[in-house]
Amino acid sequence: MSRTAEVVVIGGGIIGCAISYYLVQKGVHVICLEGSDHIGNGGSSRNGGGVRQSGRDPRELPLVMYGIKHFWPTLSEELETDCEYHQDGNLRLGKTQKHKQILTELTERAVKVGLDVKMIDGDEVRRINPYLSEEVTCASWCPTDGHANPLTTTLGYYKTARKKGVHFITGEQVVELKKVKGALRKVVCASGNIYEGETVVLAAGYESRKIAETVGIDIPMQSAMLEALVTEAQPHMFDQMLGTAEADFYGHQTKHGSFVFGGSSGLEGFTKDNGTPICYAKTAPCICRGIIRYFPNLADAKIVRTWAGWMDKCADGVPVLGKVAEVPGLVLACGFTGHGFGIAPAAAHQLAELITTGQTTVDLHDLRYDRFHAKI
Amino acid sequence: MNTINDRSREIGPFVSGVDDDMLICRCEEITKGEIRKAVHEGMWTMTEIRRYLRTGMGLCQGQTCAKLVKGIVARELGISPAELEPAASRVPMRPIEMRIFANETEGGQDYE
Repeated sequence: MSRTAEVVVIGGGIIGCAISYYLVQKGVHVICLEGSDHIGNGGSSRNGGGVRQSGRDPRELPLVMYGIKHFWPTLSEELETDCEYHQDGNLRLGKTQKHKQILTELTERAVKVGLDVKMIDGDEVRRINPYLSEEVTCASWCPTDGHANPLTTTLGYYKTARKKGVHFITGEQVVELKKVKGALRKVVCASGNIYEGETVVLAAGYESRKIAETVGIDIPMQSAMLEALVTEAQPHMFDQMLGTAEADFYGHQTKHGSFVFGGSSGLEGFTKDNGTPICYAKTAPCICRGIIRYFPNLADAKIVRTWAGWMDKCADGVPVLGKVAEVPGLVLACGFTGHGFGIAPAAAHQLAELITTGQTTVDLHDLRYDRFHAKI
Repeated sequence: MNTINDRSREIGPFVSGVDDDMLICRCEEITKGEIRKAVHEGMWTMTEIRRYLRTGMGLCQGQTCAKLVKGIVARELGISPAELEPAASRVPMRPIEMRIFANETEGGQDYE
């Protein structure tokens, strides 16, 4: 087996799989290394499935808008996998005056970037989604937002990339990067195996930080745990993606009929950390209470599973994408900060374009690595 | 855990079988043929099969079919079932209504 390729991708999550897919489509020889035993084992399989533009930072908004226009509508067909994409809008719900203020500010800055999003009142919210309780008094409404199935989408990218010739290796943990004559070339693994590529893409979530440090690159991010749960299948109720002003919970009803909701307890960062994402006992009940207040008629729906995952939380809340001046040959794709799923097709496509042509269609300047500065 | 697995290893072509229509995961109605086909599409671990097809994701959470699925996947890969790690079991042990799950705090709001 050859351990040399034009591009070595580190990380077999949705970002790594999708970059591999778009590269192999352009005829590039790719090896993709995943540290765990499973493809898409991090945030890619543990997120709430949002394919959302509203509520995003203006710096990453053009990229996600590009993806929703060009990739998401045809993704199931392209990947020969049911990605369960629904473009039926996103309601970000509010109950108080403070919520309204948060939502209004988010809406105003998104409108400036050209997004079709507006504030609506409680009655309008219930016209769109009649199951919401009277406690909801306002929401931001973005009709072009939606949701998809993160599990099948991630594995769909993997399946199609593999079929087209990308060489995937799982259980291969990268521990070090090495330069040869000033340019990045070698990828050293815990097993002792060494892979070589003209370009190395680092898309390993939070683990990217340790790996990048071996060539003197320090990406300011932390890992943070998020939790989610799923109900048994319910009769069809609604197709919108939901969120709240204070992020009490977020989620949607899946094609299967179950509801997937993510949320938090507010005690994140102080739970027992044994190095694995194990659910905190107080979080799922807290998410349930949040859901019941918004959807009283879901109180009898049964929870069948709960799970947790890490996100790679970047210092300023948007990902780090693109080349690094100090390390020729390195391309970063990490720090997605818990909202990397919806933006993944566009981010991956643009980075594949950057690798093959040296340019991108969407300007990625605001997401570059050297944007971080101390406050004084 | 963390066993190097070359996903381009040749496992031979998918050959359809007479019992491919047999339901293996009863909760989610997944057939033997669907499981076998998924292996040939690259889903080589119990976790990937589960995420791709929903086997063991229904009400019984795989308590009925997990062993059967494992046998089918192992045979398709030409390995022993012992080499396949089971998919993670998750809280709660049994499906539980939100109004009951929500009652974890003493002195908290009553949802019953």
